[in-house]
Amino acid sequence: MPGTTEPDRVPPRSRARPAARRLPSPDGRNRGEEEPASGRGPDGGGPPLLSVEHLTTGFDQDGRFTPAVLDISFQVDSGETLCLVGESGCGKSLTALSIMRLVDPPGRIASGRVQFMGRDLMSLSEREMQEVRGAAIALIFQEPMTALNPVFTIGSQIEETLRIHGRATRRTARQRAIELLSAVSMPEPDRRVREYPHQLSGGLRQRALIAMSLACEPSLLIADEPTTALDVTIQAQILDLLRDLRHRMGLALLLITHDLGIVAGMADRVAVMYAGRIVEEAGVDELFSDPLHPYTRGLMGSMPRGAPGSRLRAIEGTVPPLGRRPSGCSFEPRCPERFEPCAASHPEDTVLADGRRVKCYLHDREEGKRKKEEGRRDRGEGT
Amino acid sequence: MLLEVRGLVKEFTRRHGLLHGPSAMRAVDGVTFSIGAGETFGLVGESGSGKTTTGRCILRLIEPTSGEIRFKGEDVLGFSRARMRQARRDMQIVFQDPFSSLNPRMRVGDIVEEPLVIHRTGSRAERRRRVEELFDLVGLDATQLPRYAHQFSGGQRQRIGLARALALNPSFIIADEPVSSLDVSVQAQVVNLLMDLQQRLALTYLFIAHDLRLVRHICRRVAVMYRGRIVEMAPTERLFEAPAHPYTRALLSAVPAPDPAAPRQRIVLDPAWFDRNAALREIAAGHLAAI
Repeated sequence: MPGTTEPDRVPPRSRARPAARRLPSPDGRNRGEEEPASGRGPDGGGPPLLSVEHLTTGFDQDGRFTPAVLDISFQVDSGETLCLVGESGCGKSLTALSIMRLVDPPGRIASGRVQFMGRDLMSLSEREMQEVRGAAIALIFQEPMTALNPVFTIGSQIEETLRIHGRATRRTARQRAIELLSAVSMPEPDRRVREYPHQLSGGLRQRALIAMSLACEPSLLIADEPTTALDVTIQAQILDLLRDLRHRMGLALLLITHDLGIVAGMADRVAVMYAGRIVEEAGVDELFSDPLHPYTRGLMGSMPRGAPGSRLRAIEGTVPPLGRRPSGCSFEPRCPERFEPCAASHPEDTVLADGRRVKCYLHDREEGKRKKEEGRRDRGEGT
Repeated sequence: MLLEVRGLVKEFTRRHGLLHGPSAMRAVDGVTFSIGAGETFGLVGESGSGKTTTGRCILRLIEPTSGEIRFKGEDVLGFSRARMRQARRDMQIVFQDPFSSLNPRMRVGDIVEEPLVIHRTGSRAERRRRVEELFDLVGLDATQLPRYAHQFSGGQRQRIGLARALALNPSFIIADEPVSSLDVSVQAQVVNLLMDLQQRLALTYLFIAHDLRLVRHICRRVAVMYRGRIVEMAPTERLFEAPAHPYTRALLSAVPAPDPAAPRQRIVLDPAWFDRNAALREIAAGHLAAI
């Protein structure tokens, strides 16, 4: 994004972290090898395009640090679409801002590593980071009107981006802008290039924004609820466009959404977030056919399905507000399957045989199952 | 029929600056439908289709330009102001945004009690009892009555809005996107509540929504609006299984299915496919389409 001026901020602890600390799931990372569609590089063993490790971001309030994104780790391979799904306040947008290092005070990245093509983004200077934003990683938001400057034409904004990043000269920029608008199927690109954002409909504005974000041929596009403000038919067109760009340009996509319908149609892999943590990660088919975390199951049950007029399987209660999250599993107060260990401490990742990850004692082979058995025995003996 | 709407038209005047005179824009353009007692009738369409304006015209929150609205057989547009106020006891509306529709300076107990005060219902003690009863009805804790709206979550605020709408014992409720600003898991709670209340209180709903999955789940009949007109109307299953109008087909094909294996066959609407001025006609029992 052009025009962002951020104070240079290097997180204090990022470089001190031992480099060898990785996810305990070497087998789980290799899904790409079975699936040629999600190209992981010719050798299949190179670094992932984007790797987020143990990222914690939060807010300084009243002299206290309150984490809103808590120790999250995930990877996006080149050409792959990862959906980050969750409800409002779960930290999914803050995750995107953290990757781009666009978190404003009182927010702050407390710890963690973000690597893009093997480069540690946290250790870059602000100047280097600006080069990464837009040129290597592009970010688009829900409301295209706020991301576009109302007093400049669509064309001049795309041209500015091209010139700032040295992708075109004053002479070639206009032609390139028109090409980019055609690439996102903007009708009449020669005319639209001279129009102002308010002259475009919501769907066309989002197209213009996508065109601008593609100006420097990024290899990763982070799209934060890109269609939430749009009507369903326009939403479908924008999703088609993103899918098409992925195939045509090999663009990797980190798609942030609350809509499981969009997830089902777009994702290769899905990370489900709840109250600041990734509670489950799986391939899209596995996730929908066999959701493991009770929260994921709850989300799926909440969707209007089944016989018309039948009760929906709502999740009881509400998301715990920031700063008042339980000390145990954050989903425990709402969980229909909670048992003894859940209130004591938050479960760690359990990596299953097929590389899926889930944070839930129901699936924790040693700790959780043992405690569950104990609990059952105790209850059995007690009554 | 509890509610009958015939040939409803609402024109808004558009001004184009000094040099051009004002012109009329038809937000609602000859809408006709009826709702039976106890029914849930869905009105769906995209932004600008006129669905919200239609709902507001029925309660005369916006005065329609022309047309006829009959509620329990009575001519609503012929009502005096006093009679209309009386009629609104029986016809209530729940809005989309539970954040802006509740007065932030009032305690929620007073918000729910307000309609009872305005309509001079009962003594103070009776009204308080009624408010507690309403809180219980919508699944809220009566100890929270002295709190302010901002102290509640979105789902709870929508429950407060519902409690207020139910205060005067209406038989008909217009629910204008009642859950679309809520998170999925909370949406389900409110949808369940709406269905429960309908059964317990024999309510009739006009459910205005853009979420077709939800409409399919809770409505008995559905009308699809496009640019101010109803282009198709049918029993819900019939509409979803055998849509006849090109716009309905395009709209249904755009809904993302929550199933990765579902085939994606999107139909992109070409307005040349149909005559905008075609009249609704019955193509099967209870199934009308403007083709």
